[in-house]
Amino acid sequence: MFRRFAAVALALIAVMTGTTASAQQRSFTLASTTSTENSGLFAHLLPRFSAATGIDVRVVAVGTGQALGLAARGDVDAVLTHDPAGEDDLVAKGHGIDRRDVMYNDFVVIGPKLDPARIRGMRDVKSAFSQIAGARAPFTSRGDDSGTHRTELRIWQASAAHQKWKGQDWYRELGTGMGPTLNTASALGAYVLADRATWANFKNRGALELLLEGDPLLLNPYGSLRVNPHKGPHIRSEAALIWQEWLTSEPGRAAITSFMIDGAQVFFLPDQRPRG
Amino acid sequence: MDTMSQATAAAARLIFSGNADLFSAVKTSLSVSMTATAIACVIGAPLGALLAIRAFPGRPAALIVVNALLGMPPVVVGLIVYLLLSRAGPLGSFGLLFTTKAMIIAQVALTLPIVVALTHRATTALWKDYGDALLIDGAGTGRCIATLLAMARDSLVTVGLAAFGRAIAEVGAIMIVGGNIRGHTRTMTTAIALETSKGDLALAMGLGMILVALTILVSGAAFILARAADRP
Repeated sequence: MFRRFAAVALALIAVMTGTTASAQQRSFTLASTTSTENSGLFAHLLPRFSAATGIDVRVVAVGTGQALGLAARGDVDAVLTHDPAGEDDLVAKGHGIDRRDVMYNDFVVIGPKLDPARIRGMRDVKSAFSQIAGARAPFTSRGDDSGTHRTELRIWQASAAHQKWKGQDWYRELGTGMGPTLNTASALGAYVLADRATWANFKNRGALELLLEGDPLLLNPYGSLRVNPHKGPHIRSEAALIWQEWLTSEPGRAAITSFMIDGAQVFFLPDQRPRG
Repeated sequence: MDTMSQATAAAARLIFSGNADLFSAVKTSLSVSMTATAIACVIGAPLGALLAIRAFPGRPAALIVVNALLGMPPVVVGLIVYLLLSRAGPLGSFGLLFTTKAMIIAQVALTLPIVVALTHRATTALWKDYGDALLIDGAGTGRCIATLLAMARDSLVTVGLAAFGRAIAEVGAIMIVGGNIRGHTRTMTTAIALETSKGDLALAMGLGMILVALTILVSGAAFILARAADRP
């Protein structure tokens, strides 16, 4: 009985090991954010990159904070995130090298169609946030120290409502990703700051709609960097460099700008003028 | 109601169009969870029987710990395994993070307490009834364990299925150590979590239906196999 158990277990392990070993040729691991994965950008970019180079990219999509942490520990080979300060810090500490601007998108303010705080069509996001606080309208926050959450906090701090939002009963900190936060906002009829790409690809909108866009404060720059090869021989820096070169060269730039959701461009090149 | 019918349609579409992502996730789910369950059974069943046979001073404490581990949250197990396998961790040099092997390790850690605790329960009564006879017969520890497990094989099928159920259903541990990489470490449960976070509730529910159907198939197959093995 034992012998049969053990034989089955060993056979299964052999099968698994075989597949992972052969799949590890010409590949590298990229830590990126939930927004790039959830928007469908990677499903658009990666087949083009793999066809051109034969390199398989393994994307681990987590929050920006966690992605930068994975890079600092040497658990991934490259990073694509949207937190310039955090990325520069990673380079300064010697964990990352060769940070490059890759693309922009922007944040938008989403809210219920009824718009109790009357922010529809406003351009100044700080005043809009003050009005939401004034109306004590429900607001859902990521609350997860992500790039989006950090941007939202900066806007609150710069707004006239500063110090009158945190801990209020209308302000809900969810501690979760962009998609789940939108799901909750949809159920509560709440306002929420979202990245345009995730919103454009989000299906469960309910009574939510886009209410405010175009404030320069809402720009969302994405940077690419490689993990320092000095972290050890396991870092696949060569494949990561080919990725970075591709991403910032003509074919990569064309792939970024040709990514459309419902016929609209979602990510813009650093030298392109963002919408607004 | 509307979402449920959309979910059914989504499930049917995925299956009948031979969706490559779906089959990759199914294959990863089944191979990881079955391997983890098999390993947990090979290690855990003899341990459980040993706990039933040997009365040593630390046994009550060991049983309390094993039973407490039944309630271990998968996300905590995932975090522990991540810290062990991370390049900056003690086992980092093996390069196991974000592979199916890391997921198997996490699920062995999750299911081992189930196998040990339930095997112990299944063999304790048998040992009371037949222990003396075995000892008089001159059986050593190894033979006692083998005999008990052979006698308890019907319950062991249930033990294996309970362990498999915990493994195939969990998402917290494999999400952290596997990374939910499309085509490599994406399983049914991590795919469901991803589709839910994208707000595509119908697709997520459709995947959920397929997973439930798979689980029923596996437990049905185990039931039939156990029956066939019992027939003389």
